[in-house]
Amino acid sequence: MSTVSESGLTQVVSESVKERIDEDLAGWEREELETFLRRRSEQKADYQTASGLAVKRVYTPADVADIPWEDIGLPGRYPFTRGPYPTMYRGQTWTMRQIAGFGTPEDTNGRFKYLIAQGQTGLSVDFDMPTLMGYDSDDPLSVGEVGREGVAVDVLEDMVTLFDGIDLERISVSMTINPTAWIVLAMYVAAAEKRGCDLRRLSGTTQNDILKEYIAQKEWIYPPEPSMRLVRDTVTYCAEHLPRFNPVNISGYHISEAGATSLQEAAFTLATTRAYVQEVVRAGVDVDSFAPRLSFFFICHADFFEEIAKFRAARRVYARMMKDEFGAKKPESMRLRFHCQTAAITLTRPQPFNNIVRTGIQALAAVLGGAQSLHTNGLDEAYAIPSEFAMKLALRTQQIIAEETNVTQVIDPLGGSYYLEALTKQLEEGIYKYLAKIDELGGTLRAIELNYFQREIADSAYAYALRRGSGEGAVVGVNKYVDEDDDQEIEVHKVDPASERRKIDRLREVKTSRDQEQVRVSLERLARTAEDSSADLMPATIDAVKANASMGEIVRALEPGFGRYRETPVF
Amino acid sequence: MVDVVNRESEPIRVLVAKVGLDGHDRGVKVVARALRDAGMEVIYTGLHRTPEEVVATAIQEDVDVIGISLLSGAHMTLFPQIIELLKRHDAQDRHVLVGGGVIPEEDAAALKKMGVHEILGQDTPPATLVERVRELAIAQRIRA
Repeated sequence: MSTVSESGLTQVVSESVKERIDEDLAGWEREELETFLRRRSEQKADYQTASGLAVKRVYTPADVADIPWEDIGLPGRYPFTRGPYPTMYRGQTWTMRQIAGFGTPEDTNGRFKYLIAQGQTGLSVDFDMPTLMGYDSDDPLSVGEVGREGVAVDVLEDMVTLFDGIDLERISVSMTINPTAWIVLAMYVAAAEKRGCDLRRLSGTTQNDILKEYIAQKEWIYPPEPSMRLVRDTVTYCAEHLPRFNPVNISGYHISEAGATSLQEAAFTLATTRAYVQEVVRAGVDVDSFAPRLSFFFICHADFFEEIAKFRAARRVYARMMKDEFGAKKPESMRLRFHCQTAAITLTRPQPFNNIVRTGIQALAAVLGGAQSLHTNGLDEAYAIPSEFAMKLALRTQQIIAEETNVTQVIDPLGGSYYLEALTKQLEEGIYKYLAKIDELGGTLRAIELNYFQREIADSAYAYALRRGSGEGAVVGVNKYVDEDDDQEIEVHKVDPASERRKIDRLREVKTSRDQEQVRVSLERLARTAEDSSADLMPATIDAVKANASMGEIVRALEPGFGRYRETPVF
Repeated sequence: MVDVVNRESEPIRVLVAKVGLDGHDRGVKVVARALRDAGMEVIYTGLHRTPEEVVATAIQEDVDVIGISLLSGAHMTLFPQIIELLKRHDAQDRHVLVGGGVIPEEDAAALKKMGVHEILGQDTPPATLVERVRELAIAQRIRA
């Protein structure tokens, strides 16, 4: 059936076969379909994906006739449409990585040990807002937020406590941290050294994706330029010292949660990717020396097939970008590996048990899309951060998919589906369209300044809210099948009111008992190093955290030189 | 009576604000836009505002409604501060205070007791939100 076209690419469906199918389809539409539609019309006038891509009634080989075999290919081989590795889940099941973090480092350490005991295979740390934004627990702006949305980390001993009794050379640790990522990484390195770990064996990730902060998640300290320099410094530091560590986790998740469609999520994530790679390459670093350690983070939303197609399209576009645009030579530089999280925005407060089902279906799509690691949301997350029980159930959801369904046996099992291949191509084309538009605007950083992404995302968020509000977009239990007496009672995570006080007291003890002169000298050296924009700030930051300088102090030491970012909001 | 009628014909003025350190602005922007599309005058403060800044702006802009959004878990700290500041400026009776975000039921009930007029959660349809804000604002103008 296959032929080789003039371009040297292999057509899976030959011209004559395609003609035959087109004839069949036309006949079917004339005979079966028309008669049937006369009796009963379809439920909607037109059908589309959640991103607004038009979909047909049924797909045939004719729909994939213009997709060459080389675009689909094999797993572990360029363009990696089918997955980054040749054995995928047959070799290793995805890492089950439930994010956790609340209260003091002791509190979160306890939750980590609980999750490991339940069979979790990777760790993921959620930090509280002050840590994410670079304020110490005793800062007036931190009041009421210490240990609320995540764990509070101020000084090196917090990092030591957080991982107490956990073998860092054997379990990978992912840290969701952005504007202060370089400080957290410095603390992690210092904590690991203190425990006698071999840095070359540490595996894990810092999110460290500052561009999507300006675009979507809105956690920032400094303006884009010095912030990009900090990202560059962590990338170059890791390339040399932490060969198994992913210094940047380029994230679409937050872009989606801020309101973007899945198409926008994929496109904007690849736009930020391009900006990071440009930045590091410009510093004279060989693309193949760092690109293999770039990792990604996507959402798995509710539109089942569109999500699977999104992961496949993103892998293909990334592979081409790295090879053609950046001249990468190593296959490892072209293969996109990603962590995935189910969509928090789809969780509802009414009938919270329904959230288990939503999350289960989304998790299945993530697995069929080839995720390397996965977080499944807790059923109670529309109320508060998840309870221990909710986290266990979410983990069990993954374990059931992994061990009871057999979906892990065959790689990219939906590859070759006429619909899925056609949809993958539609998403790919959509991504290229956005990338061209962003180029036209003057690149990713310029587009951020122009509020381009922010406006696109706000528009999509508003459209989504209106669709849900009007009932056009069904939300079971909210705008359909509503219970008058919602009897799904759940227990939600309780905040320990004393933990904020405990954290502040402990920080003050550290601040009074340390060698103040050593702190002063290390912070001065850090600020001086920052003046030379080509210098790597990681070594001086590691020295500062070893001297027990706090995160807030390190942030403030660089502020005079770097400045502070202010947003002009659009809605 | 004449005053009330005149004021009722003026557009409702709303300040929507993000307090605290969290940057989740999806909801607040949808709210701002829905109210604006319904003909209200909407001022959005942007992110990371302090209770002092919010109350000062509300008084200065003479808004009918103050909408506070936060998803950082600090609602039990920041709402009482805002209420206290409004009292201190003798402005508690001049503004309707509405909250939104991820707020557990128990806390929502406690906040209403403290003087928050309404808590509107993430599943509130835009049309319902507009209707509720309008109702509260008009009742407030009649009271004032």
